[in-house]
Amino acid sequence: MTRLQKEYTQKQAAYPHKVIVCCGTGCLANGARKIVDAFEKILSERKVKDFSVEAVKETGCHGFCEQGPLVVIEPEGIFYTRVKAKDVPAIVEKSIEGREIIDSLLYADPTNGHKIEHYPDVKFFSHQKRIALRNLGKIAANSIYEYIAVDGYQALAKVLLQMTPDQVIDQISKSELRGRGGGGFPAGKKWRTCRDVKSDVHYVICNGDEGDPGAFMDRSIMEGDPHAVLEGMMIAAFAVGARQGYIYVREEYPLAVIHLQKAISDCREVGLLGANILGTDFTFDVRIARGAGAFVCGESSALMKSVAGEVGEPRAKYVRSVVKGLYDQPTVLNNVETYANVPLIIRHGADWFRKIGSPKNTGTKVFSLVGKVRNTGLIEVEMGTTLREIIFDIGGGIIDGRPFKAVQTGGPSGGCLPSSKLDLPVDFDSLTAVGSMMGSGGMIVMDDKTCMVDVARYFLHFLVAESCGKCTPCREGLYQLHALTEKVCNGEGTEADLEKMEQLSKMVVVGSLCGLGKSGPNPLMSTIQYFRDEYLAHIRDKRCPAGVCRALIKYEVIEDKCTGCVACITACAYNAITGEKKKPHFIHQDKCEKCGACVAVCKHDAILVS
Amino acid sequence: MVTVTINGKLVKATDGEMLLTLLRREKIDIPALCQHDAVEPYGACRLCMVEITKPEWKGWSDYVTSCLYPVADGLIVHTHSPIVIELRKTILDLMLARNPQTPLVQKLAADYGVMKTSYQEVPEPNDCILCGLCTRICDTMGFKAISAVNRGHGKEIAPPLKQAPPDCVGCLACALNCPTKYIKFTDNGTTRVIWEKSFQLIKDAKTGQPTITREFADYLIAHRNIQADYFDINDESHRKETALNMGKIAQWQREEQS
Ligand SMILES: Cc1cc2nc3c(=O)[nH]c(=O)nc-3n(C[C@H](O)[C@H](O)[C@H](O)COP(=O)(O)O)c2cc1C
Ligand code: SF4
Ligand code: SF4
Ligand code: SF4
Ligand code: SF4
Ligand code: SF4
Ligand code: FES
Ligand code: FES
Repeated sequence: MTRLQKEYTQKQAAYPHKVIVCCGTGCLANGARKIVDAFEKILSERKVKDFSVEAVKETGCHGFCEQGPLVVIEPEGIFYTRVKAKDVPAIVEKSIEGREIIDSLLYADPTNGHKIEHYPDVKFFSHQKRIALRNLGKIAANSIYEYIAVDGYQALAKVLLQMTPDQVIDQISKSELRGRGGGGFPAGKKWRTCRDVKSDVHYVICNGDEGDPGAFMDRSIMEGDPHAVLEGMMIAAFAVGARQGYIYVREEYPLAVIHLQKAISDCREVGLLGANILGTDFTFDVRIARGAGAFVCGESSALMKSVAGEVGEPRAKYVRSVVKGLYDQPTVLNNVETYANVPLIIRHGADWFRKIGSPKNTGTKVFSLVGKVRNTGLIEVEMGTTLREIIFDIGGGIIDGRPFKAVQTGGPSGGCLPSSKLDLPVDFDSLTAVGSMMGSGGMIVMDDKTCMVDVARYFLHFLVAESCGKCTPCREGLYQLHALTEKVCNGEGTEADLEKMEQLSKMVVVGSLCGLGKSGPNPLMSTIQYFRDEYLAHIRDKRCPAGVCRALIKYEVIEDKCTGCVACITACAYNAITGEKKKPHFIHQDKCEKCGACVAVCKHDAILVS
Repeated sequence: MVTVTINGKLVKATDGEMLLTLLRREKIDIPALCQHDAVEPYGACRLCMVEITKPEWKGWSDYVTSCLYPVADGLIVHTHSPIVIELRKTILDLMLARNPQTPLVQKLAADYGVMKTSYQEVPEPNDCILCGLCTRICDTMGFKAISAVNRGHGKEIAPPLKQAPPDCVGCLACALNCPTKYIKFTDNGTTRVIWEKSFQLIKDAKTGQPTITREFADYLIAHRNIQADYFDINDESHRKETALNMGKIAQWQREEQS
């Protein structure tokens, strides 16, 4: 392997300049493929000094998709955003041949408008600490050599040639790595239990289901650095004595499947998968299992059923799947990000890893930061970074400078936290302590225009549909909780309903069979806890303070502000607005369908939603 | 043998047997709607939940479904603690919203003081409590003819594509074991209809009485090592024949002895 690495590094050294084109799903959707083609075309037509077609790297997602397609020119680190294929000739001419920076393609800091030339100076990146995402946006996603060139598979070699399975598990235990799929269970402990179960067959599985809507951290890792996941799995397999592994990927992630498939076959070709890996007596292979895309299939027992070709319904786990998992054999199931951390822990040691993050919550966590923040995207931060740092430093604050209202963490069954919790360090234990959770790392930022009852209603709606329907408290309980939130949103709720929601939520938590039901009431409970006033406003005053719940709001023209521009009349599909040019207009409440079209077109903020 | 404390009373049990079995032996009445001795425990209705703890848990307790919780030494069980009662009451209340007219649910709910659901009745209430017994029994029989369709609150029991299930043999195991009699069938002695699939019954050649469906007979003959002509006569005739044979054997034995 050292030889492979050397050869490849030498080959690469022939081209000191590289152009990195992000080819993650986000940038591809915005035309990254055309950019790559344009670079390749120009470079093969023209002879550019120190630069050949091979210097174009198609990498995985940098996490900044919203600004994509992204192009980085190395080694200078010039960072271009929103690049189009037609910009390519200029980039080659000015920035590659001429070392000149094209101002119009630079990223402007949303807080002050300053243009930023270099990648490491973008705050979105500079506040991050990248371990699981170490190679994303750096190496070509589809090449095993690129991975090897950045010391990939060194950890595997170390494990196979110098360590015993027990030593590997000791390192992982000592690193205090906790599972990144949600629950935060110590990975070392899981591996040890599995190893200790006497059986001829053990399995390792990678959970790449990622059912949380809007989350894409696992997808990005599988697409952009598939070998990191494979290496992590191989190390786990060696540690627990597994010969077969599965990566469970949902059907909606075709690019992840393609890249993983390529990575697996490349590994087989160079002898990193299959019999006698690296000349040792370790034999291991990996297969991809494709999920049909039900949220509940991410739950471990349901996932294992699904891998075995059965309906993905959870089972009660008084015997844990580490002991009796896939095909009733001892099985280690870990999340994509968990596995991606493993090689670095082995390479740099448990102590190195433990120094990152906070005590009992070591390392980093990847989040998908979305919602009303200026910079959305995929980020990785040390555990213990505060919500404020994430939202205001990396995220650049709230869009349009509006007030921050809440942040929802942990996916559909996580919780909503108010501004009083902004200085909370983000880690497994702190989030759970305040009624939310880490989940797999979804983070949705909300501003003052968000109605918290509506938010709870939205998540419950998702969960009612995504519950497998096996057990009564989850199937019927979440349904009734959702019905109660609808009642409140419609202005028909009572204070007794509010109590009922709290009581039923507790019972659904105690009574449900699997994690979906057990955490399903979280969005509701946390919004009642932190935004009770808003529930009461709906119930007592029949008012939606955020102006969202249609039954409770009214659209009115503010006479002083209205210039009589007539824009709203044209926009209103219900003929609810009348008025003469240059005179204040009037909205007829009996006709208004509360569609909001008028607000969207009024340039004078003359329409009040109350 | 292990020792378990149930509601303060020490009882002996076999290690690993399911807690519900033990509770039943102890004549403790707790509802358990998805449990059936013919199939593996499933843990879906959640009515059989109890509170458990152990001295070494330092005051912490857990709520588990007794139908599939294996008994272990030193376990302390409370079958009617306040939370457990509240849970059963809530579940029955929720069930009543889906099954308002179902006598079994009405009776259990009444036992827990719920006469009418306090929730919103679902739009099209019916008698199915989604205990999954029918599908599990059909699976156990080896047919897998029916299954649950849809997820979440829209889950229902139905044959595939809501059409006459190709794999159904008309054995009635699902319908006869359905605790709420939700699965309808008709049988006039000649034709049997279930899941909108119609079956001809085999008739006893001598008495003309029905035995079982041709499909079921063929299945048993093929998979259960049963004689090909076994179902050509009905149970009663089989019994008569057996009695006759036993009589003959007894007679031979007497003759041999004398
Ligand atoms: C309803 C439900 C959905 C889940 N979805 C996922 C998922 O999409 N990805 C994931 O890694 N873990 C998911 N989990 C957590 C897994 O059950 C399991 O704990 C995890 O994959 C273990 O890996 P880890 O220890 O590395 O976190 C889900 C759990 C529940 C209850
Ligand atoms: S809690 Fe919900 S998702 Fe989990 S088994 Fe019960 S019904 Fe299915
Ligand atoms: S909210 Fe919609 S329906 Fe009402 S006045 Fe405005 S545009 Fe017309
Ligand atoms: S769009 Fe606004 S300013 Fe123009 S007429 Fe309507 S309310 Fe007045
Ligand atoms: S049809 Fe009957 S047996 Fe089947 S799930 Fe419904 S209630 Fe249970
Ligand atoms: S009657 Fe049909 S569906 Fe019912 S148990 Fe028998 S084979 Fe299965
Ligand atoms: S896909 Fe390019 S930054 Fe995410
Ligand atoms: S009988 Fe135990 S959960 Fe239904």
